Amino acid sequence: MNLFCVGLSHHTANVETRERFAGHAETDCILRAAGCAEALLLTTCNRVEVYGASEERVSTDEIARCLVRKVDNTTEEYALPFYRYEDTRCVQHLFRVASGLDSMVVGESEILGQAKKAYESARASGAAGPCLHRLFQRAFHVAKQVRTHTDITRGSVSVGSVAVDLAQRIFGQLGNCKVLVLGAGETSERTARALVSRGVTDLRVSNRSSDRAEELARLVGGQAIRFDEWPAQCREIDILITSTSSETPLLTPQNLSAMLRNRIDRPLFIIDIAVPRDVDPSVNEMEGVYLYDIDSLQSVAEQSLALRRKQIAAAEAIIAEHIADFWESISRKLNCKAGSAKQPVLGETPLRASEL
Amino acid sequence: MRTIVALRAGIFRPGQFNFLAIGLGFIFQTAFLSIRGHALGRCPLTNLFEVFIFVAWSVALIYMLVGPAYRLSLMGAFTAPLVVLLQGLALIAPIDVRHPVKLPANPWLEFHASISLVAYGAFALACIAGVMYLVQERQLKTHQLHSVFYHLPPLTDLFAAITRLLWWGFALYTLGLVSGFFVGQPLPYVQVVCAFAVWLLYAAILQGRHLRRLAPKHVAALCIIGFTAALTLLWGITFTAQMPSPP
Repeated sequence: MNLFCVGLSHHTANVETRERFAGHAETDCILRAAGCAEALLLTTCNRVEVYGASEERVSTDEIARCLVRKVDNTTEEYALPFYRYEDTRCVQHLFRVASGLDSMVVGESEILGQAKKAYESARASGAAGPCLHRLFQRAFHVAKQVRTHTDITRGSVSVGSVAVDLAQRIFGQLGNCKVLVLGAGETSERTARALVSRGVTDLRVSNRSSDRAEELARLVGGQAIRFDEWPAQCREIDILITSTSSETPLLTPQNLSAMLRNRIDRPLFIIDIAVPRDVDPSVNEMEGVYLYDIDSLQSVAEQSLALRRKQIAAAEAIIAEHIADFWESISRKLNCKAGSAKQPVLGETPLRASEL
Repeated sequence: MRTIVALRAGIFRPGQFNFLAIGLGFIFQTAFLSIRGHALGRCPLTNLFEVFIFVAWSVALIYMLVGPAYRLSLMGAFTAPLVVLLQGLALIAPIDVRHPVKLPANPWLEFHASISLVAYGAFALACIAGVMYLVQERQLKTHQLHSVFYHLPPLTDLFAAITRLLWWGFALYTLGLVSGFFVGQPLPYVQVVCAFAVWLLYAAILQGRHLRRLAPKHVAALCIIGFTAALTLLWGITFTAQMPSPP
């Protein structure tokens, strides 16, 4: 039995090419008609991959033809940037994909859900047989182990989630935090929504246009505050998200120190996503004030990404352990099947606990 | 060591290992103090060696009481080096000097000494939480977040733990100090002055915190300074008490 993976990903093809070979509803059937005993199509925004098992080798061109969308008849005009992995390299590739090592954002966990969905779909249609069943079950197990035993998913890699992550590192539970959103822009709204999703209930919105403030307050379940009242609010709040279009800084160490006079033991987290900035950078030097502007949030996101990249070696080591074990196990099963008709077929043998 | 290596490699996972490792060490410490106590026929606090072992035992005891309660799983990685340092000093330095005569048992004196040293354990943990606070605070201020950042507790949780440990340590230390008046024998003047100096230092930190005159960062720094000073004074007190009296 030949186990293989043929595909395109963000590493090898641009989005237009990936769109052309995204497959369609009948791809599974066509692949099986082309000679694949088992076939599974994994399609995400960053990759199109076919995992298959066949008695005879099915060529990459043949698989590419199966993947081309029905409306497209111009396949021959392009050199196809498909990659192909067979046997242990196919196993290694799937384990890396499921663990998020091959993703555009290293360690992202969405791919695992997409792989599970693709497997479920193939299993339901009967396209995935015992070989792919074992392969994917083991891949899900490996992905879980990689996430548990390394920091590959640690830290946030988008600006909005970094802000929320930092708030949790300062305040712990956000349920008791008071948040003021100053300026009702789109990024403020996204960050405010993220905070609400993590338990914030006391959210105040202030904007030069009171209509917009009221609208945003209604959308995020907060309370609108008149714009001239925001300095007084700074005495009470824990988190300030600011994104006004002011040309000069609204907050300086001078005016902020007066606002913070009686709150020495309560930290203030300021997220300044305005350009030009609403908060004087020297505010960060004040006691108990943690100021993050758009660049520093971006920098934290990049640090998280760098931290994740450092984990690749540890993740690869876990994967390497599983490849040898899995390949030995599946080869034994396949040999048994080939050697004796009386032996149970692969799909009928009970799975080991590690494969469940 | 295991936790430090894991943190450096970015593969630390919170678990029961630190707690179990320190718990095992605590059992051995307890066994040692028990054997020594039976041999002496009193609480084993007769020389600097025993005092250091007792302080290390108190640190482990307080860690086991507060570590899991405040979910400070990583605190074990900070606590273990302090315990190793205290016990290492006790083992390496030639301070296990036996008294020439067997000291008589004095329940008040033993209570005074032991409760004061358990208070030292709480102050040591406050110092460790202070180090953790300053590490976390520094990373947040400089925007340079390392792997350890994601494993340390939130700033507000750490500060709450520091405050509670300070109050516990202060209450126990006050109890130890008051019980010193009932020992029935005159205590050395230097010892009394040093004990009051430590008490006043921690009273000032707590007062500053209570009146909101001290920022959390300063409280954390003072916990480190305070414990270092208290440990130095403890060494001084015990060392001078061991010196032969002038004829």
